[in-house]
Amino acid sequence: MKAFLQSLVVAVLLALPLAAQAGTLTVKGSDTMVILGQRWAEEFMKKNASTKVQVTGGGSGVGLAALQNGTTEIAMSSREMKDAEKQKLRTRYNTTGTEIPVAKDGVTFYVNEANPLNALTVEQLRGIYVGDITNWKQVGGADAPIIIYSRENSSGTYVFVKDHVLDGEDYAASAQTLPGTAAVVNAVSKEKNSIGYGGAAYAKGIKELKIKVGNEEIAPSAENIKAGKYPLARDLYFYLRNKPSGEAKTFIDFALSPEGQALVTKVGYFPVK
Amino acid sequence: MKHATRRTVGLALTALTGLCAFVIVAVLAFILANILEGGAAGVTWTFLTQPPSDGMMGGGIFPAIFGTAALTLLMTVAVMPVGVLTAVYLHEYAPPNSLFARWVRVAIVNLAGVPSIVFGLFGLGFFILFVGRGMDRMLGHEEMYWAQPGILWASLTLAVLTLPVVIVSTEEALRAVPLDHRTASLALGATQSQTLARVVLPGALPGILTGAVLAISRGAGEVAPILFTGAAYFLPDLPTHLNSQFMHLGYHTYVMATQSPDVEATRPLLYATVLVLLMLTFALNLVAVIIRTRTRRKAASAH
Amino acid sequence: MDRQATMEQGLTQTAFAPALSPTARRRQLREKAIAGFITLMAFTGIAALILIIVFVAKEALALFTDPAARHEASLSKMFLAQDVPPGRPPFRWQPVSRVPKVSMIPLFVGTLKTTVVSMFVAVPLGVFGALFAAEFAPRRLRELLKPVIELLAGIPSVVLGFFALMVMSTVVKDLFHFDRPLNAMVAGLGLALAIVPVIFTVSEDALTAVPRSYREASLALGATPWETAWKVVLPAAAPGILAACVLGFGRAIGETMIVLMASGNADVISWSLGDSARSLSATIAAEMGEVVVGSPHYSLLFFIGVQLFVFTFVLNLLASTWTKRVVRKLTGGAA
Repeated sequence: MKAFLQSLVVAVLLALPLAAQAGTLTVKGSDTMVILGQRWAEEFMKKNASTKVQVTGGGSGVGLAALQNGTTEIAMSSREMKDAEKQKLRTRYNTTGTEIPVAKDGVTFYVNEANPLNALTVEQLRGIYVGDITNWKQVGGADAPIIIYSRENSSGTYVFVKDHVLDGEDYAASAQTLPGTAAVVNAVSKEKNSIGYGGAAYAKGIKELKIKVGNEEIAPSAENIKAGKYPLARDLYFYLRNKPSGEAKTFIDFALSPEGQALVTKVGYFPVK
Repeated sequence: MKHATRRTVGLALTALTGLCAFVIVAVLAFILANILEGGAAGVTWTFLTQPPSDGMMGGGIFPAIFGTAALTLLMTVAVMPVGVLTAVYLHEYAPPNSLFARWVRVAIVNLAGVPSIVFGLFGLGFFILFVGRGMDRMLGHEEMYWAQPGILWASLTLAVLTLPVVIVSTEEALRAVPLDHRTASLALGATQSQTLARVVLPGALPGILTGAVLAISRGAGEVAPILFTGAAYFLPDLPTHLNSQFMHLGYHTYVMATQSPDVEATRPLLYATVLVLLMLTFALNLVAVIIRTRTRRKAASAH
Repeated sequence: MDRQATMEQGLTQTAFAPALSPTARRRQLREKAIAGFITLMAFTGIAALILIIVFVAKEALALFTDPAARHEASLSKMFLAQDVPPGRPPFRWQPVSRVPKVSMIPLFVGTLKTTVVSMFVAVPLGVFGALFAAEFAPRRLRELLKPVIELLAGIPSVVLGFFALMVMSTVVKDLFHFDRPLNAMVAGLGLALAIVPVIFTVSEDALTAVPRSYREASLALGATPWETAWKVVLPAAAPGILAACVLGFGRAIGETMIVLMASGNADVISWSLGDSARSLSATIAAEMGEVVVGSPHYSLLFFIGVQLFVFTFVLNLLASTWTKRVVRKLTGGAA
């Protein structure tokens, strides 16, 4: 028994290779972009069999933190990098990082299909998410409490909505935080009186709210986003520590190629140009 | 109180407590039935041997099974020697009323009570950031090689978490070996270590195996300690190096249940994954229970 | 006289140990080395516990040493009410914000809510179920019950969280007419599933440890089996049962996956069970991935880990003192 254990330990130790694992590109971050990243990775690996691409989600915050911690080459982010984060990169790696927009998105607010409302203004959305408006009848809907779904604070969409809709204010305490856009969509589709938000590509089984600006109701469609009319349009980014080179460059070139951008539309987002 | 009233109250109490026991059993049965119903159709040979495809909406979970197996294998290699020898010390070598032995026991009891997420923090703070960084510095790695999440650190974290399980099971096994065996061996001139190696440990082997199996079962199911020490959701490769990340059945369940892009489409896959995980842990627990009942019966008849 | 003296001399001489041959000395040395090695191995248990507390506390230390961290996450910000504009709650947990809010109070409330719900369900089920198994059940039923409980104990917590999320949430929401499916009650029920095995097993051990003489004496005096169980066995095993509850409580406080998946994770301070709750352990699990190593948020999460460690440590201490009291009472006092 002891001999068996000894030989097992020796076998494990002998299998301890000290060579670095070559040829794996890590892409980490935004949950909004993770389905896009996975599609790109799948198609890219079909063409370049020698490079392996590993895509993980977790939120833009996770990706950017991993970029600063050094555990990923490419960080997917659905928000811009904050100054404090750029500062951290500068102190640690002596670089301010490279920002590459790879797709466009329109942050969409979802409601249940049974909800009679079709559009809300940004101010009304702020009121709801900050906790001032608590009943649907206050915005023209039925007399029912508003159940708010939000994202965890690792989400870039969370930060984007906080900056651009809530004007920097805090989310209401009662906002339930879910770990991914898909969870938000799932919850809203099941909950009659709920509201949630996320990227445009996830909107299945729920109703997308149009944003009311003045007298117009603007939907998060390709034309409105391209024309800049949709107020909550945003770029989706790849962040790197240095200028892209080697496998990272090949991958990013693929993502920005017509084929890669066609995948963007297929997934549900909008091409960067 | 009249005897009739006392009898009725007695029956009522028996019924009440029986109901409580029944509720527990019924809930367990319901959980199993629900998972079986939702997942049985999905557990096919393809499911068990193919990697995921179509953005996690098709294919199988073979990498997760492989990752879970590799993780628990490394964990077992790490925890068994330490756990068994600690139990051997406590039962065979420690002088009676030894203060050190008492402290070891207190430490084990408290180790068993530490929340699993704190183990995750420990894995990050000690193994990855302290040991990993130290190793990188000593081996002269410019980039982070050991100082990042990987299967080695995750398995060592789980080894610390399951250490109490192994120690308790081994001690029980050592206790089951009759004292006569030891005294006979010593009387024939063997030293204590020889007695240990050739008489006691072989006799305690079933119980030690129980400990290993229970540890594996625990390690295969725990997700919180591996959340930031090595588990990943979408990996193109199987883990081949000790610093690779790995897929894991429990972690996969968590991510799929909360972050999958199309919940209705992945529902059958999710249920199937949960079923595989459950079958795995149940099979392990069953093996442990069988070994333990057989050992207990043998021990009772031996004394 | 001479013969006696020689005899005594011979006896005292043989009382001394004979000189060791080289092989015997080598054997003794080897034995000592092996014993020393094994003793060293036993030290790892203590070492592991010490390392855990040291390295978790070490990462949290920056909260008290780094000025930026001290400003963002001071103890007053964590535990006292903050100045807020009217209409906004004073205790919030929103560490990612223009002005980070790091109050621990909503997390404490959330953890307590889910834990209390789970105890309300698990303690009666576990203790009464154990009472049934120990006192009233026929032997074959008892033999069946034990492995069933072990089977329940073997279910990974992520599976229980999955079950709570997918199945229990909608049932509970409809039953209690809650507004939302993910709330403190669902998380509490999921937790109850996780801690019932612990409470059941330890309570059953405590009940079966009560000597048969207690029961026999009570029955001999004319009590019925239920009177014996209720008035003699249960009080005798009470400290052990209390220890079981404390162990269950400690396990419920530290449990992560179930609460992470089923509680809604909202940092609300409310006493309604239909509201979501955010627990300490789920906060660490949800936010750890996105922190930069060394940032104030990072140290804050490790500080929560220290708090969890301390709580469960104290609870375990209580539980073990109580169990020791049972053992002493039943074995020492019974005589």
